[in-house]
Amino acid sequence: MILVVAEQRDGALNKASIEAVVGAQQLGDAVKAVLFGGDLEPAAKELALSGVEAVLTVSDAALADYTADGHVIALEQVIAAESPELVLLPHTYQTRDFAPALATRLARPIVTDCVGLRREGTTVTFTRPMFQGKVLADVVVEAGPPWLATVQAGAFKAEALEKRSSPAPIVPVKVEIADGAIRQRPEAPFREARQAVDLTRADRIVAVGRGIKGEEHLEIARGLASALDAELAASRPICDNGWLPMDRQIGSSGQTVAPRLYVALGISGAIQHVVGMKGAKVIVAVNKDPEAPIFEISDYGIVGDLFDVVPAIIKELSA
Amino acid sequence: MQIAVCIKQVVTREAQLRIDEGRAWIRDQDASYEMNEPDAYALEEALRLRERHGGDVVACSAGPARVGQLLREALARGADRAIHVEGDDLARADALTVAGALAGPLREAGVDLVLTGLQSDDQGFGQVGVILAELLGLPSATIIMDVEVSDGAARVKRELENGWFQWVALPLPALLTIQSGINQLRYATLKGIMAAKKKEIRKVAPPAPPDTRQRITGLRVPERAKQTHFLEGTPAETARELVRRLREDARVLRED
Repeated sequence: MILVVAEQRDGALNKASIEAVVGAQQLGDAVKAVLFGGDLEPAAKELALSGVEAVLTVSDAALADYTADGHVIALEQVIAAESPELVLLPHTYQTRDFAPALATRLARPIVTDCVGLRREGTTVTFTRPMFQGKVLADVVVEAGPPWLATVQAGAFKAEALEKRSSPAPIVPVKVEIADGAIRQRPEAPFREARQAVDLTRADRIVAVGRGIKGEEHLEIARGLASALDAELAASRPICDNGWLPMDRQIGSSGQTVAPRLYVALGISGAIQHVVGMKGAKVIVAVNKDPEAPIFEISDYGIVGDLFDVVPAIIKELSA
Repeated sequence: MQIAVCIKQVVTREAQLRIDEGRAWIRDQDASYEMNEPDAYALEEALRLRERHGGDVVACSAGPARVGQLLREALARGADRAIHVEGDDLARADALTVAGALAGPLREAGVDLVLTGLQSDDQGFGQVGVILAELLGLPSATIIMDVEVSDGAARVKRELENGWFQWVALPLPALLTIQSGINQLRYATLKGIMAAKKKEIRKVAPPAPPDTRQRITGLRVPERAKQTHFLEGTPAETARELVRRLREDARVLRED
């Protein structure tokens, strides 16, 4: 049995959880899903229709707000009771906060950020990116079950979900959480000052990455954005350096966009960036490194120095 | 306040990677190395916390002999001393093995706060910090963008997804994994480099690796998800071809 650890916030299931169910289904084994929190009914009902055999709900006041300790304690008990062969989690910021501690408590490694799962004999081979996505590694776990793994956003398509006609049973599960066992005290989540720029509405975007080298070179990217009538955006390191404001950031910690045209200048294409822009209709990449992962998702690629290529494009556009 | 910061030496971002004959690692004989970027932010945060609260910063790393150079750099940036868990296999080891190697010396050091980067640019597990917390019995919080310390407790700003954040309080000692961009990095000064020569790097032998490990059985270069049209020629030629295709084939340019 594969146990999928689903994630919900305010009753809404996230897409990554459904993708993890799809990953589990494709391994061809019975799948159960488990949910943690306070009021779990809306998310549990949705999960019950997702083709899983059962939805386990762990509703406890101590779990109402997410904490790493709460999740580790509760999941350890659920895993002990259910004895899954594989525990599959979405590779979200929340999972990254607790899953390695859970695995360690179970004396197991956890294979994170998987983009592929396949059964080989009595074991499972996990595929995951390394070196910023430049290389894919097949990985096995040298230990008996339960194996633990997280799956990357988008690695499995939510549309491929094999639903069932009748909803699966929703099974409430009790866990013991001792007083004082949860050491983190969370405050309410919040958003930083309102986003001044809504890149999600942009038709065309010119985005810059590390290849721009210095703040003083942003002018060249601005020039292209202006010539294309596009918005200027950036990958995370550019905003980290303070060269562009955070609300111009595309990627898992910034905005997710799907413009008609996306021009990536000096962006290598690390997954944290790619998840925010791979939905663009046409992707153009300019990069010095012919093996930059950005080219894997690009429609048009130019291997070259952006400081030579971009002025030429601007000139051509204004010709 | 005693602060430990765990840093990793990784192959530089610009490196052209080649898979080795064994297909289980890259050819790294001639590679050049640098400090893993999120770890550089963790080191900087440790130095800033020391400036505000006093105490010592100890830089820790697990890896082969070349890691000595990384630790010397951390000392030059301002760390007070360093611990090097030295072992050739640690460069390719999984997260549980690396965390296990760091846990012993950190337990001995008796620190108030352990900082790590949120993940490494090479294997990218994103696990060593959280595992280390579990091995040391410390509470942890991850992907941190701000750290406040007072009265034996930390209040930290966790980055969530899609522009959301959350403050979390936790008692010290604790472990935090630091997100890139939490601060502005400083680089070593000549004075720092000179001072670093006199600082201590303590070498420690790693423990036996754990019985349960993950092992790489094969490496490959990813296949392209799309058929990429590579445009070649001089900058002027590629620019002309690109604009033609965007205008005529893809039809994504604004037409006046």
